Amino acid sequence: MLTIANLTKQFGRNTAVDAVSFTVNKPGMIGIIGRSGAGKSTLLRMLNRLTDASEGRIEFEGRDVTALAGKAKRAWQSDCAMIFQQFNLVPRMDVVSNVLHGTLNRRSVMTTMFNLYPQADIHRAIDILDRLGIAEHAPKRAEALSGGQQQRVAIARALMQEPKVVLADEPIASLDPMNAQLVMEDLRRIHEEDGRTVIANLHTLDTARRYCERVIGMREGRIVFDGTPQQLTTGVARDIYGADASFSEDSTSTSFESLDRETREALYEAEATV
Amino acid sequence: MADAPADVPRTTDDVRRDYMAMTQRRRLYSGLILVIFVALMVSGFRIADARNAGGFWDGWHNVLDFPAQVWGEAAEKIQELPANLVTFLPALIETVNIAAASTLVGTLLAIVISLLATRGLARWPRLIPVFRRIMDIMRAIPEIVIALILIFVMGGGPVPAMIAIAFHTVGALGKLFSEVNENASLQPVEGLQSVGASWSQRMLLGVMPQVAPNYLSYTLLRFEINVRASAILGFVGAGGIGYELRNTMSWGQGQFDEAAAIFLLLFLTIILFDQLSSHFRERLTKGAAL
Repeated sequence: MLTIANLTKQFGRNTAVDAVSFTVNKPGMIGIIGRSGAGKSTLLRMLNRLTDASEGRIEFEGRDVTALAGKAKRAWQSDCAMIFQQFNLVPRMDVVSNVLHGTLNRRSVMTTMFNLYPQADIHRAIDILDRLGIAEHAPKRAEALSGGQQQRVAIARALMQEPKVVLADEPIASLDPMNAQLVMEDLRRIHEEDGRTVIANLHTLDTARRYCERVIGMREGRIVFDGTPQQLTTGVARDIYGADASFSEDSTSTSFESLDRETREALYEAEATV
Repeated sequence: MADAPADVPRTTDDVRRDYMAMTQRRRLYSGLILVIFVALMVSGFRIADARNAGGFWDGWHNVLDFPAQVWGEAAEKIQELPANLVTFLPALIETVNIAAASTLVGTLLAIVISLLATRGLARWPRLIPVFRRIMDIMRAIPEIVIALILIFVMGGGPVPAMIAIAFHTVGALGKLFSEVNENASLQPVEGLQSVGASWSQRMLLGVMPQVAPNYLSYTLLRFEINVRASAILGFVGAGGIGYELRNTMSWGQGQFDEAAAIFLLLFLTIILFDQLSSHFRERLTKGAAL
């Protein structure tokens, strides 16, 4: 279905993504883990064609994604939704309009300028918001919502695209643990109920373990692990994060309960000094 | 508001209905605005056309006659172009000089008056409306009026032009600067206030580093506008390249080759300063700390 071969991205002399290859044969929920700067974001941005690859190939259902240009490229972007860490909504527009932006690839400039979306689209947008539990916020401006709610609006926009693939670039990194859980559950539902492929960059191990059926570990632009969560042992995790023996999984965790008392106090102290 | 507020829609159908109503209202408004816009355009054009001595529809196909004649004469005497360029260079330098001096003086005054007219920064908060009105007046009077009065009083020459343009620049830049100032963070200013700094010190060290890139960008744009303004003031006897342009541009004197040389010089000047300004803006916004 999705084949990535030898994908490389260079920024000047730096190689952000170094000859990455993997294949996705059936719709799945895939988590990509690694330290910040490991090339996870660049990889997803190349998949969506926000960033052009330096070398290599992306192929999706026979389409050579890396070679697309103009209209064909925008059509691919419509098939391949992206969710961002900072939500990337239009803050001053209402929630439903933001969700309707998911249909922009099918609409002309004139229809969007005069806000002439078909009624069926508007109803569908509200239904999607309802499915994600935020329908009552429909007429509000996006900026009036909390971070977790905004991220769910972004997911609604992605669903409005009717995408084949959903990419999520650190979707929960700026959310509190409660909202992080809600957003991850929504992504999981998109995969389970709609059968779409979800590829999510996650910087914490436990989230990847809990929600993904396949985990890819990246380090310094290369894939160093590709397997099931069960195969992801502490030793492998140490290798991915480049940590020594003192590394424990708790240190990458975002869920508050899993931290022991000592770590929690250390965290408070660290926050106080920042 | 202890129990659930009544205005929050409960079901998806309610949300749908309310949102559709809101969309319909918005579409109505945009439709009305479009109609008003078209009506204004059409009526405005018709009034302008009716008051015009010649009439737009009778005259519009003559639009290209003047450029064609300039082009024709200039092409005929192309070999004289380098000599013409050299001849008018001193006049151009005078024009650029007027623009530079007036931009410099105008900008310095604009910085002071804009700080005095910004809420949160002003030295005398109660006088903010006074300084705003002063800027409004400075913007409202056209440069050419001030220049004509000054030329009448002081006689022709570059100094009246310089004063006239500087006067207008204070008003125009002061307004833009004060909008930039409003977006400046007050935290550094408060920090400096807490150590006992004076108002001038607070502005100089707390506000200036934040606003300098935007100031520079507006100032350089103003400089371009002022080059053009000082060329126009030459028409009324303020010297510089405008004076030469008026002489060469009159019909039927066979001097259009010289007019073409002057247009070329002005064009090159604008390109030069546009390139310079983007270069410095880049350095100031991305480069080293000020």
